[in-house]
Amino acid sequence: MKCYLLVDFGSTNTKLTIVDIENEEIIATAKAITTIEDDIMRGFNEAYAQLEPVILENNIEFVEKIGCSSAAGGLKMIAIGLVPELTSEAARRASLGAGAKILNTYSYELAEADVEEMLAMKPEIILLCGGTDGGNKEVIINNAKVLAKFKITIPIIVACNKAAQPQVAEIFNKVGFDYYRCENVMPSINILNVDNVRDVIREVFMKNIVYAKGLDNAIKYVGDVLMPTPAAVLNAASLLAKGTDEEDGIGDLVVVDIGGATTDVHSLCDGYPTKGGITMKGLQEPFAKRSVEGDLGMRYSVLACYQAAGYRMFKKYYPNDISKDEVERQINLRHEDIKLVPINKEDKIFDATIAKICTELALNRHAGYIETSFSPFGSMYSQYGKDLTQIRYLVGTGGVLVFNDKPADILKAAKFDNEQPDLLKPMHPRYLLDKTYILSAMGLLATKLPNQALRIMKKYLIEIKEDNNEIKE
Amino acid sequence: MDKLNKTVVIGVIGADVHAVGNKIIDYALTNAGFNVVNIGVLSTQEDFINAAIETNADAILVSSLYGQGELDARGLREKCVEAGIGDILLYIGGNIVVGKQDWNVVEPKFLDMGYDRAFPPGTRIEDSINELKQDLGI
Ligand code: B12
Repeated sequence: MKCYLLVDFGSTNTKLTIVDIENEEIIATAKAITTIEDDIMRGFNEAYAQLEPVILENNIEFVEKIGCSSAAGGLKMIAIGLVPELTSEAARRASLGAGAKILNTYSYELAEADVEEMLAMKPEIILLCGGTDGGNKEVIINNAKVLAKFKITIPIIVACNKAAQPQVAEIFNKVGFDYYRCENVMPSINILNVDNVRDVIREVFMKNIVYAKGLDNAIKYVGDVLMPTPAAVLNAASLLAKGTDEEDGIGDLVVVDIGGATTDVHSLCDGYPTKGGITMKGLQEPFAKRSVEGDLGMRYSVLACYQAAGYRMFKKYYPNDISKDEVERQINLRHEDIKLVPINKEDKIFDATIAKICTELALNRHAGYIETSFSPFGSMYSQYGKDLTQIRYLVGTGGVLVFNDKPADILKAAKFDNEQPDLLKPMHPRYLLDKTYILSAMGLLATKLPNQALRIMKKYLIEIKEDNNEIKE
Repeated sequence: MDKLNKTVVIGVIGADVHAVGNKIIDYALTNAGFNVVNIGVLSTQEDFINAAIETNADAILVSSLYGQGELDARGLREKCVEAGIGDILLYIGGNIVVGKQDWNVVEPKFLDMGYDRAFPPGTRIEDSINELKQDLGI
């Protein structure tokens, strides 16, 4: 049987997926703890061993192996722009869309202390932006000069004002920096141009970062490690929404990925106003938008999550009476033991509550909003960000959803809230669950066989409904 | 039209939604050879400044049509100074105050706020282009 092997070297788990491309079926999946400290292949081999019986039994031959990775902290980037709301924000959005983790963002003129600070965070790529095409050159050239004072060996991607690029290149050539020029991330005011930057980030990731992260052994066996895991998820979601030449997509959607350390939200839609009389303001949003909330997670960042939510919000989602002390005790337990697996009903209910908080807050930050300006003549409405009110599907992925009895109940926390009518969150979404963890694998498969990847997603993402079932023991 | 190599930011300030004049200004200035950066209606002072910084603009042309110009426009020059573009050319026009007021009283108010020129209601943008070119040294 001819199959694809798709490998996700995730931050905690290495996940393997075998896909029968002829019958468009998932033959088997397996996972093991990611072992980045010594040899990444140890975790891989452990997971692979679980699959061996299936491989032998079905006489499986792998026609292709592809991987993605968020091992060793993911792809760590620094974003530099000029104005915080404009090119700095554009740089952030481009990096997030490429699946990166942003360590920090800088604006205006860089000081030497800024560069010292950013290098101390050990980034893997620096993205240098600033100025519209034909716009400001001064600040960007100054920033290039300040960077050039340091010994920087990591790749620098230059996506600034195209009129400033030759000079930036000259400065970087002199000091021998490893830099890559690409199209301006914001060619004119409020116009976002992320595709080219994203492709270059991915290229640099494949060529350089993968080696720096000790994934060389993986490449020997797996072939290409194409992109960071979040980029694969975004790729899959984009395909699912838009479809291909041959096969329809399912339309506008939002993916919520609740992890131990972060909650990622991906929205795949234009997000234009759905009501009249509203003026769009601010920087354009990409069709495929990803946001990452570093303070919202089930374990590693559960303390920060509780701080962001507070006891009152916790009580809103917890079905029974619970004291503040008990909430804090449970939160601390999860923080201290990040491997804690819920065993009884109480644990599951508690985890579901954290997951609802993550979902609500992550959506609050991802969704667009309406700002009302009051004039003596009435109210005027501006929309910032994406209107998600009419999206058709809300897709859930991540362990807490898969292992909970009432995943739709958790996803429901993403919905539009009448108490906060300015937040443009989904009003009537249908729910899909990534029960078999296939999103990142399908994002990889999509680079080779998009039609198959799309049909497999349609088959394996299962629709779930809001219901009143009790969480079971 | 020959390119002038000058960039101007235009927009309608405050909670003002009068969009027609803004489109006409965009058209007229583009035709006159300017690089026009139009941030549209409902624009805050910060929107004007941010756009001017990123595009390295030579001038900001503020429109106000609904009568609240005095309130909305105050403080823009000071913010430009803070943002490092203190010398940028600032114009304002439209119907910048409520009703018909004596222009000899209105104009100095806006010049005091730091605008290089203020234009009375009924000024057509074409008529101000010469002044703009002059002020920009072209
Ligand atoms: C159409 C219109 C509307 C429409 C706007 C639709 C839209 N989205 O564009 C609607 C119905 C929404 C509207 C609403 C209001 N409007 Co109205 N509206 C008008 C009207 C009839 C025409 C405006 C227009 O398009 N003119 C055509 C364009 C080409 O001209 P312009 O806008 O003046 O722009 C030119 C010049 O002013 C100049 N210019 C403009 N800016 C600048 C800047 C510089 C630097 C320079 C050199 C030149 C310059 O060049 C432009 C191009 O030639 C005018 C009356 C009029 N005849 O002007 C009233 C008018 C502007 N509106 C007025 C008012 C009061 C209102 C409301 C407050 C009414 C209310 N009570 O609800 C609201 C305010 C809403 C808001 N928050 O903005 C008043 C303003 C009075 C004042 N300033 O003292 C006017 C003058 C009517 C009046 N005589 O009372 N309005």
